Amino acid sequence: MTTVLGIEGTAWNLSAAIVNEKDVVAEVTETYRPPTGGIHPREAAQHHAKYASQVIRDLLNEGKQHGVDVGDIDAIAFSQGPGLGPCLRTVATAARMLSLSLNIPLVGVNHCIAHIEVGRWKTPASDPVVLYVSGANSQVLAYRMGKYRVFGETLDIGIGNAFDKFARNAGLSHPGGPKIEEYAKNADKYIPLPYVVKGMDFSFSGLSTAATDALKNASIEDVCYSFQETAFAMMVEVTERALAHTGKSEVLLAGGVGANMRLREMLDIMCDDRGASFYVPEKRFMGDNGAMIAYLGLIMFESGTVTDIDRSHVNPNFRPDDVEVIWIAEDSDNEGTK
Amino acid sequence: MHLTSGAEATIHLEDGVIIKERVPKRYRLVELDERIRKERTRAEARLMSEARRVGVPTPIIYDINGSTIEMEYITGEPIKNVMTPQLSERVGEVVGRLHSGGIIHGDLTTSNIILHDDKIYLIDFGLAFVSRIVESQGVDVHVLFQTFESTHKDHEKLIEAFCKGYSRTFENADDVIKRVKEIEKRGRYA
Repeated sequence: MTTVLGIEGTAWNLSAAIVNEKDVVAEVTETYRPPTGGIHPREAAQHHAKYASQVIRDLLNEGKQHGVDVGDIDAIAFSQGPGLGPCLRTVATAARMLSLSLNIPLVGVNHCIAHIEVGRWKTPASDPVVLYVSGANSQVLAYRMGKYRVFGETLDIGIGNAFDKFARNAGLSHPGGPKIEEYAKNADKYIPLPYVVKGMDFSFSGLSTAATDALKNASIEDVCYSFQETAFAMMVEVTERALAHTGKSEVLLAGGVGANMRLREMLDIMCDDRGASFYVPEKRFMGDNGAMIAYLGLIMFESGTVTDIDRSHVNPNFRPDDVEVIWIAEDSDNEGTK
Repeated sequence: MHLTSGAEATIHLEDGVIIKERVPKRYRLVELDERIRKERTRAEARLMSEARRVGVPTPIIYDINGSTIEMEYITGEPIKNVMTPQLSERVGEVVGRLHSGGIIHGDLTTSNIILHDDKIYLIDFGLAFVSRIVESQGVDVHVLFQTFESTHKDHEKLIEAFCKGYSRTFENADDVIKRVKEIEKRGRYA
């Protein structure tokens, strides 16, 4: 049985896991929490550097308790991008060191695709339209002819960053999303905010600024509610269009912002009205996690992918549609296989 | 008679008049939903009239009511059923005039181009918007070329003919055609 160790550290979450084809064997996570404000890339990278060896040590111990020795590991997977440059470089260094010292092949993976594949692994979704929403990323993707194609995406910042930016201006602590969701529950009314869908793309930076301005004349509850309603409706609309366009019948939600219950409810209603199935993985697989990196590393390794050290450089702007998806059979277009 | 239902609207034909209604979305807050449908309906009607003013045949608008547009029914053949290089060149001229007028169609497929009375009509301005940016024009043309490729064997000849017509009516045509090639390489799907 193939067993892979994967390390994630593209932003604030340092997480490493060992997985095999059946399940996650072990996972250890050490999250960077900024004392004030948002994530400073250098400070997050320093955090990762400080804890990397401890996380790996703990992970290997935990693996051993579940019957997996270092010698059983077939490949070391790591996030090659997209993400914050200093964080990516730190984690890539750790992965290379492990690979060289243990003489185990390296597999560099795309962080966005790891979110998708762990969702396909841990839910019944097989060929979904994916709404991937996190701090830095907001994209609508689907598999078509050898690649995960981006059907729509943010033209500026990710939805999570838009929430965080607003939250900082409103005096809320990082991360903003969960606090905004709480305030939204006690709102009285909707305040009109800019709804920006251009073709298949959406934009959040103007919306975030407008929400901040709205605080002058409205309660924080009403603004949080209106912000969520507007931003989520934009993304659900594009997800629905991608469904109509591709003829697919499943939607998979991925990324940390996918924890939001209102977003889930809206997607659920949209899917219900279209006769599509809606899938959300367990919460531990939604935000950044080591298991998803290890799992994508596993299926890429099994389909013959190995990353040589001299090709293991990181790419902060690594796009999901740059990756040739060789682990899905070419003839399975519109009916993906597992 | 019910004609089609897209992700956004349903289209009926009554007494020779097309009735396009943007359907409510239950996932959206009612207030927000009504505002968006009304705004888009108005924008669509405005851009269709504007397109006609710059020399692009479009259906005549009879009435707008909330999120419903009543417009002329264009009989004739969708261009995808009758496509030839000669027609593609004329489509190029029409799209060139549209882009010269600062309008992007937003869903330029061979199903949305109709040959009627020996005139080339553009229909369905549901995703149209105002822009003079090369990228937007490039995406518009790219979408059209994709439908050429997916439904016509001799798509290379069609593309060549389109560019000829497009260059005749639009002075920035060369920049846009160059951009279309870049967009194709990106693999971005939209």
